[in-house]
Amino acid sequence: MNVSITVNGTVIKEEIEPDLLLIDFLRSHGMKSVKRGCDTSNCGACTVWLDEKPVLSCGILAARCDGRSVTTLEGVRDRAREFGAFLADEAAEQCGYCSPGLIMTTIALLSENPDPTPEETKEYLANNLCRCSGYEGQMRGIQRYIAWKKEQGGKA
Amino acid sequence: MSDTGTRVVEKSYRKKDWEAIVTGAPLYTQDLEPENCLVVKLLRCPYPNAIIEDIDTTAAMKVPGMEAVFTWHDVDQNMRRFTEAGQTYPEASPYDRLILDQHMRHVGDVAAIVAGKNEKCVDRAMKLIKVTYRQLEPVLDYTKALDNKVIIHPEDNWEGRDFANGDAKRNLCAHEESENGDVEAELSSCDIVIEKTCHTKAVQQAFMEPFCTWSIIDMYGRLLIVSSTQIVFHARRNVANALGIPVSKVRVIKPRIGGGFGAKQTSVSEMYPAFVTWKTKKPAKIVYTRRECQIASSPRHEMQVRVRLGAMKDGTIRAIDMYTLSNTGAYGEHGPTTVGLSGHKSIPLYHTKAFRFQADVVYTNEMSAGAYRGYGAPQGIFALENCVNELAHRLHRDPIDLRLQNTAKEGEIMPAYFGQKNTSSGLDRCIEKVREMSDWEHRYPCVKVNDHTVRSLGMAIAMQGSAIAGIDVGGATIKLEEGGFYTLLLGSADMGTGSDTTMAQIASEVLECPLDSICVNSGDTDTSPYDSGSYASSTAYITGRAVLAAAKEMRQRIIRRGAELIKSEESFCDFDGSKVSDGKQEVSLFDIVASTTGGNSDSFVVNASSSSAISPPPYMAGVAEAETDLETGKMKVVNYYAAVDCGTPLNPAIARVQTEGGLLQAIGMALTENVTYDRKGQVLENSFLQYKIPARPDIGQIHVAFASSYEDSGPFGAKSIGEVVIDTPGPAICDAVHNATGLTFTELPITAEQVAMGLLKK
Repeated sequence: MNVSITVNGTVIKEEIEPDLLLIDFLRSHGMKSVKRGCDTSNCGACTVWLDEKPVLSCGILAARCDGRSVTTLEGVRDRAREFGAFLADEAAEQCGYCSPGLIMTTIALLSENPDPTPEETKEYLANNLCRCSGYEGQMRGIQRYIAWKKEQGGKA
Repeated sequence: MSDTGTRVVEKSYRKKDWEAIVTGAPLYTQDLEPENCLVVKLLRCPYPNAIIEDIDTTAAMKVPGMEAVFTWHDVDQNMRRFTEAGQTYPEASPYDRLILDQHMRHVGDVAAIVAGKNEKCVDRAMKLIKVTYRQLEPVLDYTKALDNKVIIHPEDNWEGRDFANGDAKRNLCAHEESENGDVEAELSSCDIVIEKTCHTKAVQQAFMEPFCTWSIIDMYGRLLIVSSTQIVFHARRNVANALGIPVSKVRVIKPRIGGGFGAKQTSVSEMYPAFVTWKTKKPAKIVYTRRECQIASSPRHEMQVRVRLGAMKDGTIRAIDMYTLSNTGAYGEHGPTTVGLSGHKSIPLYHTKAFRFQADVVYTNEMSAGAYRGYGAPQGIFALENCVNELAHRLHRDPIDLRLQNTAKEGEIMPAYFGQKNTSSGLDRCIEKVREMSDWEHRYPCVKVNDHTVRSLGMAIAMQGSAIAGIDVGGATIKLEEGGFYTLLLGSADMGTGSDTTMAQIASEVLECPLDSICVNSGDTDTSPYDSGSYASSTAYITGRAVLAAAKEMRQRIIRRGAELIKSEESFCDFDGSKVSDGKQEVSLFDIVASTTGGNSDSFVVNASSSSAISPPPYMAGVAEAETDLETGKMKVVNYYAAVDCGTPLNPAIARVQTEGGLLQAIGMALTENVTYDRKGQVLENSFLQYKIPARPDIGQIHVAFASSYEDSGPFGAKSIGEVVIDTPGPAICDAVHNATGLTFTELPITAEQVAMGLLKK
């Protein structure tokens, strides 16, 4: 079947298999930040935005994204670098395999809610598993990023 | 420059790869695979013990796009067997595998390797392979495996090392015993003897990046393997053994690794694409599904540990007797070695008059176990620390005071730790630190929150090692490069642990250059200096020692060349990172380098290897604060207080996050991560839906402090950090649950259901 999907601002028109998952579509187009960790939509490593909302790309068919807009970490690299530096100050990116999903979800959280409480943050990021960090360092990085954003006078 | 200087070391630099990681650059094995790789999948046996009577691949091969289906017919069943364990040669693990074997020994064992041009055709072909199995009675209870009439490795070409004392005909993978003093006499003279048998399960590392490997034939006709591995050099040997080809034909490269925790200290996935590429000469890749990572991988060794601990009424511990039964599963990877840690990294925590440690490692028809952070130590420490906590209860003693009374002190000889001296220990300070952090005096044993909720404390102490004494080899090569920077080549594996960065910090400290002037390249068997690999808490200590030695040698060579250039004496000159000077004249590093790239016959590539006769233990104390709902049994670790002695933390931010991560893995092991086999030998927890690793809402707060000692033999005083951090939560949480409920548990995980049922029965 033919689809037209906008990926990071670029329209991709392609004939695809109807059972192609979005994650595989994206990776085949070079969006290697999108990671597969679990096969059961548990780990969050494959999180991308579909029309600005975070979704698990392993749990959605590429065909369902026809005519829609998908954003991966490759599309928000500057923002990722800005936020990621705060994770890195805590060494909390560690192996990094979950980082793209975590970063995509965190940025989505902050656009919905610029000043979340730690509990709201934990809740929103509940589906982003990390096995390296014990979450503490990531949470510190996120809190410090939010505080820094506020200091900058802008919204987080 | 002095060893105690800490210009760069002991500072929390960001990891060198941080920016690439957080911007999602293609860094991992799967991101780097070449175009047109054959997709490799494995047809797995559904039975725990069976012989393949017949395997018909005709229909499967008719699927368009199929390249090959390999079965046991393609492998000489009498060839020398191999091990997947990543260990220094001669490996302690038995050579008990064939890449394709007619005998299937666990559910998930590989019946066929299937390769085709895409996933779809391979999936279709897998369904069309007709296998006729002759099922055999399985051994699914490891306590009945030894001398069972069912023999898991009846073959004649099973090959164990003499020093492992295995006997395949008895299902015995390994046996060990050691003692000091007369344990029975000491125990009989004790006022009190605590006896417990504790059980820990085959929990999974649950790294986020599944096992994955790809391979090609390179321009010289060699097999180039790119894989998510902690052990490039051992993987090279393992693959060569598996394929029956010379090691010289194999090159292994490790890109970034998405977590290892020991799982990737075993060559779980490397053999299969390597085999396909070697046979077909085509690129091939394999990516394990999460299900495969859960059912056919390399989890922790399930162990049953029986302890008899003898003490006097005043609390003095006099003797420890431990027997460990370890379940290595269908194959013996890490079987002979993990078990030793259950004794040798628990018993030496305490000063005793006598100890005895005995162990058997048995084969069963369950998935092969492997290496998981802590190796065998968490299993032994769970049992021993449960006993010490019970001793405290029985004697009505504060468990913290009881520990301080009995810990092995700095300078002591530790008979159960191979007679090594306790060269550096901050253990007692760690214990005092967690007492303070947890407000122990006010909160132990428990505080009632409301009529059905209790907050309670429990504690434990732990040790680990820093590399394998006398065996592990750290390697470092430093090259002086054009313009005045350095490349640091390493064979160790940064798997998110930040070791590439901490190693660079050591070099930077010695060479007095900016950290950015040290460019790291690690994990390629062709270009890296030999290194055992990153496991056994080795890299900071043993590779760190090699980096320190190489950097000092490089520094001296620079000074020597600088002295020549300014026609001075080497002994009058010093190097400040950018110039060599004798106080009167000077020459810049730039000019020194220029002198090495033209008309030069002296090498400015230095190599250093390091091995250590001792393995200085890092120490730790942990206090768990659990909140238990007495009506539902639901528990949560609301606070975990940990104090660590890892020697000098080379990079405190990295050391801290390592600690937090290890603690949470152990909290998962204590409360939610279960492994259950059904009667047909199948693992029930075969996905992240069933296998519950902690998620963000499940956790409370983890509080980490350092109470460091200075280890003279380590680089800038460093010991290890990676493993010791997983050892305390099991017994600490177990005692916290006891202090809330009065229930005594001897098995992990402790589930809410067990607590609720236990309370009902009371």
